[in-house]
Amino acid sequence: MLPKTPTGITGLDEITAGGLPKGRPTLICGEAGCGKTLMSLEFIIRGATEFNEPGVFMAFEEKTEELAMNVSSLGFDLLKLQAEGKVKLDHVHIDRSEIEETGEYDLEGLFIRLGYAIDSIGAKRVVLDTLENLFSGLSDTAILRAELRRLFNFLKEKGVTAIITGEKGDGSSLTRQGLEEYVSDCVILLDHRVINQISTRRLRVVKYRGSQHGTNEYPFLIDEEGISVLPVTSLKLEKQVSSERVPSGIPALDEMLGGKGFFKGSSVLVSGTAGTGKTSIAAYFANETCNAGKKCLYFAFEESPMQIVRNMKSIGVDLQKHMDKGVLKFYASRPTLYGLEMHLVSMYKLIHKFKPDAVVLDPITNLITVGSVSEVKSMLVRLIDFLQEIQITVMFTALSLNTIVSEQTDEGVSSLVDAWLLVRDIEHNGERNRGMYIMKSRGMKHSNQVREFIITDKGLDLVDVYLGPEGVLTGSAREAQKLKEKTGVALRDFAVSRKDKEVMRKRRMLEAKISNLQAEFESTEEELNKIYMEEELKLQIVEKNREDMTNMRKGTNDENKIRSKK
Amino acid sequence: MTEQDQLPFSEETTDNGDKEVYHLRLFVTGASPNSSRAITNIKEICETHLHGNYELEIIDIYQQPLIAESEQIIALPLLIKKAPGMERRMIGDMSNTNKVLRGLGLNNE
Repeated sequence: MLPKTPTGITGLDEITAGGLPKGRPTLICGEAGCGKTLMSLEFIIRGATEFNEPGVFMAFEEKTEELAMNVSSLGFDLLKLQAEGKVKLDHVHIDRSEIEETGEYDLEGLFIRLGYAIDSIGAKRVVLDTLENLFSGLSDTAILRAELRRLFNFLKEKGVTAIITGEKGDGSSLTRQGLEEYVSDCVILLDHRVINQISTRRLRVVKYRGSQHGTNEYPFLIDEEGISVLPVTSLKLEKQVSSERVPSGIPALDEMLGGKGFFKGSSVLVSGTAGTGKTSIAAYFANETCNAGKKCLYFAFEESPMQIVRNMKSIGVDLQKHMDKGVLKFYASRPTLYGLEMHLVSMYKLIHKFKPDAVVLDPITNLITVGSVSEVKSMLVRLIDFLQEIQITVMFTALSLNTIVSEQTDEGVSSLVDAWLLVRDIEHNGERNRGMYIMKSRGMKHSNQVREFIITDKGLDLVDVYLGPEGVLTGSAREAQKLKEKTGVALRDFAVSRKDKEVMRKRRMLEAKISNLQAEFESTEEELNKIYMEEELKLQIVEKNREDMTNMRKGTNDENKIRSKK
Repeated sequence: MTEQDQLPFSEETTDNGDKEVYHLRLFVTGASPNSSRAITNIKEICETHLHGNYELEIIDIYQQPLIAESEQIIALPLLIKKAPGMERRMIGDMSNTNKVLRGLGLNNE
């Protein structure tokens, strides 16, 4: 494995898989004003401040004071570093008009100077900024070429990691003086292009002997914190994944997503036509995140933070209190403010600084105004990549411009995201209603139902759309259908109760009849009983009489008396 | 402006009566071939053209590396004419006598 020296420049070490080749010279070339000097200077400064490697900066173009001034705007104090013995600046002044060449010479003076500078601070890094200026100062190119070869050997012997900068030559040559033939280990090409009035700086590792490296053109930025190179994608797809879930803030939506919500660290796309409530969904998500005590960063490309706060108040979401607490942060900017890369970098930086648990981008569609579709896509790929790496859940909103909701969003990011919610207008019965469904949600069971998405003063909710014989009904049609059903039920209830009453009445009538009959029966029975009793009585009396008669025949008076009484 | 005015004036004076003393500094690197040649050549030129009217200081950069930065030295050997007139720098082994003389302001052919 080739030993490497980290540059400390954001992103460059990722592309070069660790940095520049240690102890060898690297060539940085490019046109004027593309950032060669700054990149090499940052290499020295980062080395001195972050890696404890002192560095020598030999400037053939600018004076040391100018250099110090130039980087002071980036927050680096070169002169202080020089005073501390961490950095040595040396301005080499050559002017052809002042020098007369009187015969054979060599560049031993430069070697001594450089050697002394390296030894005096124990430098590990060396930059020779635009070495080619030697060619304009001295005329004997044969000597210069021989001396340059010697110089690179000298640097290797010294064991310093060196950067040599060179101006891009005409045609296909990388440098005017063909420096690339001396520096064979690592060559980095910088470029500065203006497309559609927006300039983008790009960097490409042309060669890197003995090491793998990213071969693409990578955009890079110079801002108040120095250079940031943005790898288009990380070279590997080896991200950590989490099965932890985060709620969306809308319980009914969570229900559709297997009852739990999104995966932590996943990317969610909410797309829909204008006015379908995409921002509301995003605000709900932000609100929910903050309610759970987590931090949320909201990038607004359309509305100002105040506008969003006010609008969301109308649906019962108070974002202001989260802002006051510091868990919610808005970052609003017009997409046209700067190029896509700058947007991406500012996002990177804010995310790094704020360390949110969730990020909202509202809407990504507006970014199209500053870049082509493929550029926006590549930017979003990188953003998603980056966010997934640090396990931040991200929600994008996107406006579908066409009324027919196609299977592809305009940004072409639908294939990248983990979950895709689609909000669409359902026009029916002279009114527009919102329908929401989940186009996809990776790795979880999710509902295939279209839900009606309603926004009220109290907030957002999803209701089941009415699926009846007349098809899918939403809005007032759904309500009407509900009413109709209610009426039907009432009528039926009424009919039933009437029938019940009739039955009751019939029963009562029947019961009355039964009691009548019973009474009749009783009287008849009584009658019969009476007859029967009389008969019995008669029979008894007859019996008695017969006895009496018998007794009388026996001649008893008493018995006669009794009989006469009777 | 004043220096440029002085230059032709100084040339005249040297022609007439060697009024001004030439302060010359030669920077060399040890005993390298170029350095040795330069020392021999400049001494010869001085003796021939500036006899008794010059001060030649020979400095070995190896011994005093700090001077390299303060004097803006890149190519060696280097001859600096400090006086009279404007400072002039000449690099090389001083084998091109005409160029050396022109540099010293002695070229009156």
